[in-house]
Amino acid sequence: MVQKLGRLKESPSQTAGPYVHIGTNPNFIGIHGLYAADLGSETVPEAVRGERIVVTGRVFDGGGNILKDALIEIWQADADGLYPGRGEHRGAADPAFTGWARQPVDGVTGDFRFETIKPGSAPYFDGRPMAPHITFWIVARGINIGLHTRLYFGDEEEANATDPVLTRIEHRGRVPTLIAARSDDSGQPTYTFDIHLQGDKETVFFDI
Amino acid sequence: MRNDNASYQDGAFFQRDRAWHPPAFTPEYKTSVLRSPQKALLSLGNTISEMTGPVFGHDMLGPLDNDLIRNYATTGDPIGPRIIVYGRVLDENARPVPGALVEFWQANAGGRYRHKKETYLAAIDPNFGGCGRTITDEEGRYWFRTIKPGAYPWPNGVNDWRPAHIHFSVFGHAFAQRLITQMYFEGDPMIWQCPIVMSIPSREAVETLVAALDRAASLPMDTLAYKFDIVLRGSRATMFENRKEGN
Repeated sequence: MVQKLGRLKESPSQTAGPYVHIGTNPNFIGIHGLYAADLGSETVPEAVRGERIVVTGRVFDGGGNILKDALIEIWQADADGLYPGRGEHRGAADPAFTGWARQPVDGVTGDFRFETIKPGSAPYFDGRPMAPHITFWIVARGINIGLHTRLYFGDEEEANATDPVLTRIEHRGRVPTLIAARSDDSGQPTYTFDIHLQGDKETVFFDI
Repeated sequence: MRNDNASYQDGAFFQRDRAWHPPAFTPEYKTSVLRSPQKALLSLGNTISEMTGPVFGHDMLGPLDNDLIRNYATTGDPIGPRIIVYGRVLDENARPVPGALVEFWQANAGGRYRHKKETYLAAIDPNFGGCGRTITDEEGRYWFRTIKPGAYPWPNGVNDWRPAHIHFSVFGHAFAQRLITQMYFEGDPMIWQCPIVMSIPSREAVETLVAALDRAASLPMDTLAYKFDIVLRGSRATMFENRKEGN
């Protein structure tokens, strides 16, 4: 016998279920009077520095069906590549920016939409710059443990080409699953990021 | 602006034990069949993008946010057994996680959710909304008051029922710690008959999601108490430091 390490085991994940909105977005499903607004749905304040962008997309299952009940959270750096919140020791991020948002997909169309700013570049753990990216976390009925992935920007070809994470993807044909194409047609820079849970176009998900 | 390599590695989180969590593909839980990634996850040593996380301040909380008995009530208290759920949010180093936002949602005492897509015939309770939230204190403690939810049938097998449960969403200090899970109640035989529960590979792991009835913490003639501790991933940073996290 040896001494015990005394560590605890992480609480096992369970699916967010079909009614996750009751807990996270009660106003979205018509439960009013509890919270003034659904947490994570706030508009990015005027004072936040950076290019205003829209990120939109849909989540598909392995049969090509659009999920109507998924919930998506995003987490990102500010325009200078600094993270708000805890764990950032390189400097102070834009004080007006939370870096975090949460949106349910539309119950009819399945579209999600985030209005945010384009993040700056942050360093990989060895100091090399990572291309600008937004972390995505996806939960839904039938997803037993939340899925982590990243959105990279289609108009950052040069930075993407040397990104320490993207360059680690062995199956090069899967890299495009993480890259959102930019369109300026609507007058507002819009990046489309479709997420495929399964199948030929399966998005690269991370074990972080 | 560049930190040296070591300072990043110091804060990295322990590798997640994927064999402890439910796998993505659990065919007894039918919805997982088409919603489960089939390709290997890309292993990614933590970067600043995963080792940071949003902060939620107590100023966002309303006075009734942790009281599901009162936060939606209009004509009286909701029907059902009155309970307190309390516990701590800890990390894998058994250190408290203060300042953690904990969100919870549940069915009413009859097993009915207040959701437009819910079709179970059990009655809606006009005085029960079914959601709440709180933020852990300096010792990682949280508590809320609610009614005990009922079991309910769900479309999976022809006759599958969920055991009574409360959903939990927890934010730690880093996005790598983000977790959604469910709490079950001590002594419920239905726990072991549920395909969602049984998606967790080991009985030992399931038991960490079963809240213990705590008679000592109960309020006489008023409210029963259940204790439910939640464990988030630990990091090498929290192994060695003396200060409390989050300061």
